[in-house]
Amino acid sequence: MGVPARALDYADSFLPGVIPQEAELTAGVRIEPGKSYGFFTDTTLCIGCKACEVACKEWNALPADDLGLKGTSYDNTGSLSANTWRHVAFVEKISGDEGTRVTEMQPFQSNWLMMSDVCKHCHNAPCLEACPTGALFRTEFDTVVVQPDICNGCGYCVPACPFGVVDLSPDDGKAHKCTLCYDRLKGGLEPACAKSCPTDSIQFGEVPDLVERAKARVVDLHAKGARNAYLYGAPDTPGATGGLGHLNAFFLLTDRPEVYNLPTAPTRAANRVEPALTAGLVTMAGLALTAAAVFALAKAGPTGPGRNGEIR
Amino acid sequence: MPQWDLANADAILVMGSNMAENHPIAFRFVLQAKEKGATIIHADPRFTRTSALSDMHAPLRAGSDIAFLGGIIRHILENDLWFKNYVLGYTNISTIIDERFQDTSELDGLFSGWNEEKQTYQYESWQYKDMHVPASLAEHFVNTTESFSDCTKRLKKGPTPKDLTLQHPNCVYQILKRHYAAYTPEMVERTTGCPKETFLKVADALVRASGPDKTAAICYAVGWTHHSTGVQMIRAAAIIQLLLGNIGRPGGGILALRGHSSIQGSTDIPTLYNMLPGYLPQPHAFKPHGTLKDFFGVEETPTGWWSNFPKYMISLMKAWYGDNAVKENDWGYDFLPKIVGDHSQQPLTLAIRDGLVKGLFLLGQNPAVGASNSALVQRSLANLDWMVVRDFTETETASFWHKGRPVRDGELTPQNIKTEVFLMPGSLAGEKAGTFTNTHRLVQWHDKVVDGPGDSRSELWFIHHLGRRLKELYQDSADPKDKPIRSLTWNYPVKGEKEDPDVEAVLKEINGYTVADGKQISDPKYLQDDGSTACGCWIYCGVFPEEGHNQARSRRPDGPDGPGTHLGWGFAWPANRRTLYNRASADLQGKPWSEKKTLVWWNAEKGHWEGKDNVDFSQEKPPDYRPEWSQEPSGMDALGGDDPFIMIADGRGALYVPSGLKDGPLPTHYEPVESPVRNPLYGQQHNPAVKIWQRSDNPLHAPGDPRYPHALTTYRLTEHHSGGTPTRSVATTAELQPEGFCEIPPELAGELGIRTLDWVVLSTPRGDIETKAIVTERLQPFQLNGQSVFQIGLPWHFGWRGYATGDIANVLTAIVGDPNTSMHENKALTCGLRKGRLNRPAQGD
Repeated sequence: MGVPARALDYADSFLPGVIPQEAELTAGVRIEPGKSYGFFTDTTLCIGCKACEVACKEWNALPADDLGLKGTSYDNTGSLSANTWRHVAFVEKISGDEGTRVTEMQPFQSNWLMMSDVCKHCHNAPCLEACPTGALFRTEFDTVVVQPDICNGCGYCVPACPFGVVDLSPDDGKAHKCTLCYDRLKGGLEPACAKSCPTDSIQFGEVPDLVERAKARVVDLHAKGARNAYLYGAPDTPGATGGLGHLNAFFLLTDRPEVYNLPTAPTRAANRVEPALTAGLVTMAGLALTAAAVFALAKAGPTGPGRNGEIR
Repeated sequence: MPQWDLANADAILVMGSNMAENHPIAFRFVLQAKEKGATIIHADPRFTRTSALSDMHAPLRAGSDIAFLGGIIRHILENDLWFKNYVLGYTNISTIIDERFQDTSELDGLFSGWNEEKQTYQYESWQYKDMHVPASLAEHFVNTTESFSDCTKRLKKGPTPKDLTLQHPNCVYQILKRHYAAYTPEMVERTTGCPKETFLKVADALVRASGPDKTAAICYAVGWTHHSTGVQMIRAAAIIQLLLGNIGRPGGGILALRGHSSIQGSTDIPTLYNMLPGYLPQPHAFKPHGTLKDFFGVEETPTGWWSNFPKYMISLMKAWYGDNAVKENDWGYDFLPKIVGDHSQQPLTLAIRDGLVKGLFLLGQNPAVGASNSALVQRSLANLDWMVVRDFTETETASFWHKGRPVRDGELTPQNIKTEVFLMPGSLAGEKAGTFTNTHRLVQWHDKVVDGPGDSRSELWFIHHLGRRLKELYQDSADPKDKPIRSLTWNYPVKGEKEDPDVEAVLKEINGYTVADGKQISDPKYLQDDGSTACGCWIYCGVFPEEGHNQARSRRPDGPDGPGTHLGWGFAWPANRRTLYNRASADLQGKPWSEKKTLVWWNAEKGHWEGKDNVDFSQEKPPDYRPEWSQEPSGMDALGGDDPFIMIADGRGALYVPSGLKDGPLPTHYEPVESPVRNPLYGQQHNPAVKIWQRSDNPLHAPGDPRYPHALTTYRLTEHHSGGTPTRSVATTAELQPEGFCEIPPELAGELGIRTLDWVVLSTPRGDIETKAIVTERLQPFQLNGQSVFQIGLPWHFGWRGYATGDIANVLTAIVGDPNTSMHENKALTCGLRKGRLNRPAQGD
């Protein structure tokens, strides 16, 4: 990314306060209600520094999770949770057959995969659909946010999420997840994780722009020899399945989704309502028929003691 | 080179550095280069997060870097791949060396001049034929029968002896070829463990990315400096880059990735014992430095930019001693303390242990974790009368007396440690104003954001008020030894309730001013040796060029269509020059080597150098200028218009270094002091000039000791900062790497039955530690001369304090030092490994 023209308006370290529309300087985008914002997380640029995890916890004042060495490469966070809204997964694939270590690799990230996971801010968000209190709502920036003062902790949103993002906090019993820094967006600031990313692996912007950028990136990576690069969650790509529409936070991956612990074909819970309802009704009908038949048999008269002699 | 200039490189070799983890911001420019098609290479004992983003990973055993780099030098020379016009024009490749010089290839690993009794070299035979060329920085002094200054003055009488046909058997070209003849790809594989095919691909990638149209860059960090041959590893990189024509050019160069917390700034205005600000030598009691005249006689370089040394030295003393520095008292020269030996951190630790040093200030340092041989360090601390620790939390060092290893092991008790420990709360960066000087010599100002909590104070506050109180205590003393303190200027204005010194006033003094009217000076060229100017650090002159103009505050980028040198962003020393030696970006006639790689050029019409950067050369010296030798020219007048390396006495890039290094004019592969193998190249096992302190509390073992068969390297993880104090003491950063561990290749783990998260014990002659195992293919076994050696990795920044704890890795390491820098060798040692735990009481908070 080049130097934005407005950077020259702030040419010394005396600042009058928060720079209006600061995201224009740091991410090249103005933040305005009514538009759709999200993340494009390009794993081929991720160096696994976890600055996103730290920036997220710092800005959102989230506490640490349980401290302990997990022994899963350099990942000691484990997963997204009520207190962890960015999580960097690490997957080691250093050696080929017979234990020989790789020495020549495809361009950009390979062989030790690192991916900064986050809430996907689905276009058709199942968590929001499941929420009975209206605590989960869609913001003016087309993101999905939980309002903790309205959340009653029922937890319906937790299984509704096909990505395992939403989690109930053991501290207050309420649902918590990434807000895409709703408060920062209102102030014209880029979300904390994207701003702190030193290599622009996490890019923030208007979703249509990000999709365009991401598609160009895939073409470029293919040309440079990373032929396994593809988008996950952008419109009409894996991840944007099962009635979710597309994901406002989408990814560029170089291995199968499940390698990164992402579902191959996530679905919207509501999609399962119709088949589930049908299945339920069929079951009910079947049970009713069976009952009718049993009663019909019972009316036909006793059949003697049971096989083990128990009293019927 | 500026970090952002890496984006202009056609290939980048990262070696001796885990750049993505430890310099993530600078690494963004590596990825920008990759976007443009550059080849990214990581040569390292481990497959790290840097390797994952590279095109090639060349694995090599820790400590074998010079064998690898020497192999590249041989590859370039044997295949005639060097950049002829650049090398012949700008380096000393054709210079003829003294006929007494003998190479390591003749003397089985030693150079001529080795004094077995003194265990040091004498350097006469390393010199240019018939003249002495002094080194550019300090340590000029050589024991010769005639006066050193007389030797060096011959530089003014004529050009250095050269053979441009390169046929003379003692010209640098022929010496280089002989020296590196043995560094064949097969020898590289046997010594480093890197497969020769991989090695050759690396060499080829660098060569292909060099020449008039292309440039390659090399990035290194403490993975090179932390060796007994650290300086020579960097020298080997310099030889490669000079041979390929990659110095002083856009996208080319060697980027020294300096460490956390303004390490670059702390060598510019040094915490080093042997230098004064701006890389001026510290007077030495055992050298002929008795008077200022003697000092200049020995240390002044008659030709090249360093001939300005007296101007910088006298301006420095004017800044420090003000009206008390006058011509009659040699500008206060006698007020300066004289050093008497090696006073660097490791010998200092031993001096404390031996009761020679009674008191210790530690500002932002945690040696119980960060210094070699931690058990010895902790025993030393117990031998002090008093210790002042300034930090923002109680560090391992501050708590050694109740939590330390000797206390835990019952060797000492808090009751019998007499050290009085003062823990004083220090402010963090956001709680004070000041500057950081980064890797690219870029000085950037930052404002104070919030007041620190409680009684915390900045370092500047502490030093200012300490100095002020000392001056009050000595103000009535008539004792001559108290005169230096009484003579010191100490008039920084203070403000606010806490009497904080004005930080900009300090920066203004560092920048320099004219004594008569106190006016700021805008460029070091205006500094004088007559007492009319004062300057706290000549290379920073220009950072505050006029009243009200703090250039370090400036944040003006070039914009999308600008030249990309960003001259309006901060201040890069010297004189806001972004690329050092950038005269070499133009050819001998002053034209850029190619349209694709332009930086500065000669404008014949206007009669001066111009371009995208401030030229690091005499602005108005034409390319065809030749010294008038009949006039015995000095200073810059003795350098031609095509001698770009102005800090070197002959203006030439030094493929061969005649003086300034204590362990030889050319990099040579020596094994680490503790190595799993014999040196495959020479009978000489390790660096002959290495600093070894033989003592019972710092034992070393012989090469190939079966008790310590594995190669061990120590390092930092990106998740922790400095010695871990800032990040281990905060839960949300501690959780990212919450415990100490060591990394073991699966082949070794299989042999010993070790699985991930098992407890293991690592041992060396200094001690043993227990930690958890991470079994990973990122570590690997090496085949060395038919012998299989396993590489083990161990992060060093854990301790008993904070949320993320673990045994201190430096319990294992030894106090040994590079002969030039006294730097330790904690990147390459050997150890034993077993499954299990130590039988000992628990330790921790």
